[in-house]
Amino acid sequence: MNVKKMTLMQKRALVGLSFVLPWLLGFIFLFATPLLQSVQFSMSKLSVAPGGYSLDFIGLENFKQALYVDANFNRILTESVATMVWNVPMILFFSLFSAVMLNQHFKGRTAARAIFFLPVILASGAIASAETAGLISMTGSSEVAKELGQMQSGFDTMGLVMMLDSTGFPEWFIDYIVDGTVRIYEIIRSSGVQILIFLAALQSVPPAMYEVAKMEGATGYESFWKITFPMVSPLILTNIIYTIIDSFTNSPVTQTIYETAFSSQDFGLSAAMSWLYTLVVAIVLVVIGVLVSRKVFYYN
Amino acid sequence: MDIGKSMKSNEMFVYKLNKTRNKAVDWLWKLVLYMLVSGISFVILYPLFRRVSMAFKDPSDIYNPTIYMVPVHFTLDNLKHAMEVMNYFPILGNTLVFVAAMTLLQAGSCALAGYGFARYVFPGSNLLFMLVVLTILIPVNTLMVPMYLHFRNFDVLNILSLFTGKDGVNLLNTYWPFVITSATANGLKSGLYIYIFRQFFKGLPKEIEEAALIDGAGFYKTFLRIMMPNAIPAIMTVMLFAFVWQYNDTFYSSLFMSGGDLISIKIASLPADVNQFLPGILGLGSNAEMRADPNHVAMIVDTGILLAIAPLILMYLFVQRYFVESVERTGVVG
Repeated sequence: MNVKKMTLMQKRALVGLSFVLPWLLGFIFLFATPLLQSVQFSMSKLSVAPGGYSLDFIGLENFKQALYVDANFNRILTESVATMVWNVPMILFFSLFSAVMLNQHFKGRTAARAIFFLPVILASGAIASAETAGLISMTGSSEVAKELGQMQSGFDTMGLVMMLDSTGFPEWFIDYIVDGTVRIYEIIRSSGVQILIFLAALQSVPPAMYEVAKMEGATGYESFWKITFPMVSPLILTNIIYTIIDSFTNSPVTQTIYETAFSSQDFGLSAAMSWLYTLVVAIVLVVIGVLVSRKVFYYN
Repeated sequence: MDIGKSMKSNEMFVYKLNKTRNKAVDWLWKLVLYMLVSGISFVILYPLFRRVSMAFKDPSDIYNPTIYMVPVHFTLDNLKHAMEVMNYFPILGNTLVFVAAMTLLQAGSCALAGYGFARYVFPGSNLLFMLVVLTILIPVNTLMVPMYLHFRNFDVLNILSLFTGKDGVNLLNTYWPFVITSATANGLKSGLYIYIFRQFFKGLPKEIEEAALIDGAGFYKTFLRIMMPNAIPAIMTVMLFAFVWQYNDTFYSSLFMSGGDLISIKIASLPADVNQFLPGILGLGSNAEMRADPNHVAMIVDTGILLAIAPLILMYLFVQRYFVESVERTGVVG
C-alpha cells in the first residue's frame, strides 16, 4: 500500500469512512436490503419453504388485494391517518403550553418537571395493550372495554360542552376541544419528548430579548407571540415530524400489518400494506413539512 | 402650591393603584399556574397511584364502594401472585442485563457513526447522512417481514452456505438479532441517536482535536481519549433514551423473540396469563373451566404492570434531572 502518498485529505476521508463503516454495513444489510426485498415481496406471492422461502411474481396483485378486496384495510388506514392528523395539533399545543409553563419560575418546578417527563418513561405499547386486554377480558367485549376505559379516565364533559356552546365557537372546534379533554391522559402520555424538546428550545432563547421587550413596554402576551413563538417555531416542525413518527409504533395499521404477516402468513400482502402505509405517511409528512416550513422563522 | 400638592398625591395614588394591580395580577397568574401544574400532574400520576393502591388492596375490598385509593385491608398477596405469574425476578434480571448490554452497544456504535458524520468529509458523506435521516423516517413495519426472514435464515452474502454447504442459521428467539442490529447502529431508533451524536460533536470546538493530533495522538486515539470524555452529556442522553425505549419495546422483541424472557413481552401477555394461572395459584383447582373473579384478575394485572415499571421509576428518581439538562446540553435543538 502506498499510504504515504495519500494526501491528508484522502487520509482523513478514509478515517472518516472507517468511523461510519459499522453503520454503513448495518445499513446495507439490515436496512437497504430489507427495504428492497420488501418492495420485491410486495409484488410477489411468498411461500415459506423449509430453509428459506420462494417467490412468485404476481405484479400489483397484492396492492389490489389490500385496497379493493381486504375488507378492513382501507378503513383502518384512513382512520389511523386521520387520528394522527387530528392528534398532532393537540399534542403540539399541549406540549408547547406545558413547556412554557415549566419554563416559569415557581416553587416546586423541579418536581413538576420530573412529573411531566414521567410519560417519556412510562409510554409503553406493552402496558397500553395489557390495559385494554385486561378490560376486554373483564367485560368480554372490546366496545364495552373502550367505553369503560373512557369512563375510568372519566370526566363529565357536559358542563364544558354547555359552556363552550354558549361562547359561539363553531361546532367542530367545540368537538375538538371536548375530545381533547376526554383523551387528556392519552395526549399527555404521548407528548413527553415534545415537551422536552420545546423546553430546551425555550431555554436557548436569549434572555436579553425579553428584557428589551419589557423595557419597550411589551406585555407578557405580546412577548410570547413576538419572541417566544418565532424562536421556537423551527422546533414545531421537528415536533410535528417526531409526533408522526412516534404514532407509527402503536397504530392499528401497524397491528394489521403485523397480523397479516404473522397470523395469516400472508407476507406479500403485508409488505404491500406497509408500503401503502409508508406512502400515505410520506405524503402527509411532505405536505405538512412544506406548509409549516414556510411559516418557520430561523433566527440565524 | 395647593395644586402641586394635590397633583403629587394623585400621582402617588395612581402609583399605588398600579402596584397593587400588578401584584394582584402576579398572584392570580401564580394561582392559575399552580392549578394547571397540579391538575396535569394529577392526571399523569393518577394511574400510578391507582396501581399502587391496587397492589396493596385485599381482594375483599374490591366491592367496597366507600374505598377511594387507600385500602382498608392491606395485603402483600397481590404482589406475590403477580410475581409468581410473571416469574418476576429471573425475568427482570434477564431483561436488565439484556437492555443494559444493548444500550452500551447502541451508544458505542452510534457515537462512532455520529462522530464520523460530524467531523469527516468523504465522498458521499452528505448523501449517507441523508440516508441516516431516512432510517428515522421509514416506518419499521416496512422492514419487518424481510428482517424476520433474514434472521430466520441468517447468512450474510451466503458465506456460510459457501463454506459449509448448509443453509443459514435460525437466529430467531436468540439475542443475536438485537446484538447485530445494535452493534451496527441499525437497532431501535438508532437513526435518532446518530443524529444526536452528530449534532453534539459538531458543537464541540475543533481545536481540541487539532491539539491532540499535534501532540501525536492518532485519529482513533483522539476519538477514544479526547472526544468520548467530552461527549458525556450526549452519551448520557442517548443511553437514557436507549435504555428506556429498549426496556419498553414490544415491536422488535415480539418480532425476534416472541417466546422470550423479556419484561415487555410478559406484560403484553399478562392478562391472559393471569386468567390462566390465577385459579391454580389461589388453589381453586387447575380445571381449565375455572375462572377467577375478573376484578381480582384486573387487580393482579395492575400489580404486574406496577412491578414491570417499578425499575424504570426507581431509575428515574435518580437520573431525572439529567433528562432536561442532557437535551439542553447536547444541542439537539440547535
